[in-house]
Amino acid sequence: MSKITIAEISNNLATGKCSSVEITQELLQRIKQQDEKINSFITVTEEQALAQAKAADELRSKGQANALTGVPIAHKDNYCTDGTLTTCGSKMLSNFVAPYNATVVDKFNQAGAVSLGKLNMDEFAMGSSSESSFYGAVSNPWDTERVAGGSSGGSAAAVAASFIAGATASDTGGSIRQPAAFCGLTGIKPTYGRVSRWGIVAYASSLDQAGVITHTAEDAALMLNVMSGFDEKDSTSMQLEVPDFSASLNNNIEGLTIGIPKEYFSQHLSAEMQQAVAEAIKEYEKLGAKIKEISLPHSQLAIPSYYLISAAECSANMSRMDGVRFGYRCEDPVDLHDLYVRSRSEGLGDEVKRRIMIGAYALSAGFYDAYYKKAQQARRLIKNDFVSAFNEVDIIAGPVTPTTAFKQNEKTQDPVAMALGDVFTVALNLAGLPGMSINCGQINNLPVGLQLIGNYFDEARLLNVAHQFQQATDWHLKSPAGL
Amino acid sequence: MALDPKQIHDIAELVRLKVEDDQVAEYQHNLSNILEMVNQLTSFNTDNIEPLANPLEIVQRLRADVVTSVNQREHFQSIAPQTEQGYYLVPRVVE
Repeated sequence: MSKITIAEISNNLATGKCSSVEITQELLQRIKQQDEKINSFITVTEEQALAQAKAADELRSKGQANALTGVPIAHKDNYCTDGTLTTCGSKMLSNFVAPYNATVVDKFNQAGAVSLGKLNMDEFAMGSSSESSFYGAVSNPWDTERVAGGSSGGSAAAVAASFIAGATASDTGGSIRQPAAFCGLTGIKPTYGRVSRWGIVAYASSLDQAGVITHTAEDAALMLNVMSGFDEKDSTSMQLEVPDFSASLNNNIEGLTIGIPKEYFSQHLSAEMQQAVAEAIKEYEKLGAKIKEISLPHSQLAIPSYYLISAAECSANMSRMDGVRFGYRCEDPVDLHDLYVRSRSEGLGDEVKRRIMIGAYALSAGFYDAYYKKAQQARRLIKNDFVSAFNEVDIIAGPVTPTTAFKQNEKTQDPVAMALGDVFTVALNLAGLPGMSINCGQINNLPVGLQLIGNYFDEARLLNVAHQFQQATDWHLKSPAGL
Repeated sequence: MALDPKQIHDIAELVRLKVEDDQVAEYQHNLSNILEMVNQLTSFNTDNIEPLANPLEIVQRLRADVVTSVNQREHFQSIAPQTEQGYYLVPRVVE
């Protein structure tokens, strides 16, 4: 099967070339045949999907369709879905059927999108390889011995394998951009506050943001148009006008200034990766952009600051996983303490436990100033670096990851090595800025991502800049062989 | 900085987790490595820098103190491990 984009499907549906029911059936069949080796889905909702597709076709026949009506997508399994399992890739929530929909899920339902199910992920979104899932590791469609990236590995792998046209995802430290890069896709993490997080299971609340993984920037714009906007149920949601992200995709980028942070081209980045990213930047020069070297001098503080803040917030958020109101409960607890300890110890995996413990340690009496407060101070320095840079440039560009997709089990025994892989992505979450990954090359048949960083609430420009690259190149059209 | 086995058990108890004896060495190793990594921060001078908790520095939005959602106790309790007469059931706490 060739690559399917939302724009194409939408066009085919509009011109009557096919129906949503037909596409949905075809993709459900494809998932049945192929997902065994990818493991991108935790739950496939066949009946509901067909019902949604049928309803979408009816809407369309009545002339009430929009761009997403009848288009097959799927949600990351930390998006709550009324009546369907929401596991977060954890044994702890392996029986959790949310009693409500996440706001974003409601919005896609209202738009008439067809959800094929729930996508695999690192347990509670804590990881960079989608190997920590209770439901098994996700494989990269480009090379099934390699990771799909994480934590939104199922979202990326399912889109790369053309099981769905686009996927929702979430990004706390790179969890949209890194898997998009590893799977040769387009991923966008909007500005903190742009998209409602209501009903998305929290990991680190001052960093989490919802976004999407798609083949193209054009598709990402279509999905963001549906999901963005103020939600009174999310206290971090911003009351701001949402532009039509599709409207500015074709703007000319001549004269645009792109900043290249010198710190991102350090010893962390392999020579081949440097080369691939440099080629992409040259492409932007051809398109008339001005390239300017910039400095983000506190970049080296990003990983430790991110690790401490995310672990501290994770430790607080995960306290609700106590076996009392929902989720897993141990057998025959002897007392309340035993109920808490055994439910949590049996229900949670090693990576989640490590982060909870580090977070609690960093927040504990006597250590708060040295760890949590220090990390929040570093966070301000990191944000200020970006604020200064955006006084001089319109967009910042650099690598997403130090390497292409690594082998499965290569880093699972070394949490520090896993964390260092996020060196180029976590700073954005600390600053709350929007960022994208677009496919910009290949090394040994594995995709390379280019990271584009925008100013606050400037997603329209980010998508425009990404779209212009994709009009001039064809990296985004490449598909993994054998699928 | 290396954590000793007692610290591992103490931290686990704080967050209501149990680390089995045969896992202590692994936790010691991994958590100590993580602390070593984050200790790059401690040597960095951040005097007079105001901590940043919210990236947009917005304050909590307030709303009028009126009921906006309906009570859905039965619906929410339908997914609980154990309930009785509208209450969540846990082992006896007070003898």
